[in-house]
Amino acid sequence: MAGRAQIRTNNSALIAMIADEDTITGFLLAGVGNVDLRRKTNYLIVDSKTTVKQIEDAFNDFTSKDDIGIVLISQYIANMIRFVVDSYNKPIPAILEIPSKDHPYDPAHDSVLSRVKHLFSSESVASDRR
Amino acid sequence: MSGQSQRLTVVPTVTMLGIMKARLVGATRGHALLKKKSDALTVQFRQILKNIVTTKESMGDVMKTSSFALTEAKYVAGENIKHIVLENVQTASLKVRSRQENIAGVKLPKFEYFTEGDTKNALTGLARGGQQVQLCRAAYIKAIELLVELASLQTSFLTLDEAIKTTNRRVNALENVVKPRLENTITYIKGELDELEREDFFRLKKIQGYKKREMERQLASAKQFAEEQVAEKISLQKGISISSAHTLLSAEGGKDEDIIF
Repeated sequence: MAGRAQIRTNNSALIAMIADEDTITGFLLAGVGNVDLRRKTNYLIVDSKTTVKQIEDAFNDFTSKDDIGIVLISQYIANMIRFVVDSYNKPIPAILEIPSKDHPYDPAHDSVLSRVKHLFSSESVASDRR
Repeated sequence: MSGQSQRLTVVPTVTMLGIMKARLVGATRGHALLKKKSDALTVQFRQILKNIVTTKESMGDVMKTSSFALTEAKYVAGENIKHIVLENVQTASLKVRSRQENIAGVKLPKFEYFTEGDTKNALTGLARGGQQVQLCRAAYIKAIELLVELASLQTSFLTLDEAIKTTNRRVNALENVVKPRLENTITYIKGELDELEREDFFRLKKIQGYKKREMERQLASAKQFAEEQVAEKISLQKGISISSAHTLLSAEGGKDEDIIF
């Protein structure tokens, strides 16, 4: 299995976030936020002034760090860097697209869910035939 | 198909035939086992698919509830709660832990969240709206719980997908490449061995025929020799030449066969 990425067992991993300010605030209130020694946060607040490059850099940064287990990204932000999100295929950290307050959740855009739906519908069709 | 006519380059011997047969048995067993593995993974995969769909759907509701709770907190505690929360971030109290789960030899990651230490936000909203802030916090923790579950499902989904693909590729390779090739080799070796046997048989036949002819030749020469011996004897007895003795002999022989009365 040369092609498959190894799964690490990590007994303490962080949850990284790329989202709008309100969502971040909520999750920070739950106690997800972390600031390391170099004052680097594990979240990125995206507002109207944030550039796509910044988001992309943050995404690449979060996915390459080994102390992060899950990356939560708002769906409308994921749509901005869709090509990066779609080309990401490692099991850990897991990328999770979450709905945000201002933008309704659209399952059709979710990279994983679209695959799930595709498989699911073909399978349910197959099971109907049986 | 080009792969259909392929065979391994081997010396056609009985030993090789035995080895090839053993390999074919091994390939068949491996194929059956991999097929079983693939089936087991597919069952698991479908279960995960179902779970993902239901969890994703409930995620929308949970996120809506938590957003609403945040709005409530903001309304009660004032807009600047945002800044208090953002400034209070130090170390994460809510973290995830990943462990592995083994399904038919495929290691699937499972996440679970845990709280560690004290949250710095315990005193947030002490002045006003404390209860709403705590409610909001509880709502977001609940959302995290769901999201962590979803993340492990999703990771399992991706890993299983990859594993199923690999297994199916192996099953197909065994079925369509390795097994036909071994079978072709076996038929080739059998054919060659048959050919050798036929050649051997033919050679034996040839030798047998040669021996038979040789025997007949020797028999004939022995007979001739005996005849000559007899003729010589007669010629000596009757005092005639050998050639007339021959004619006498042949006349005697002819008399025996031809004369009826």
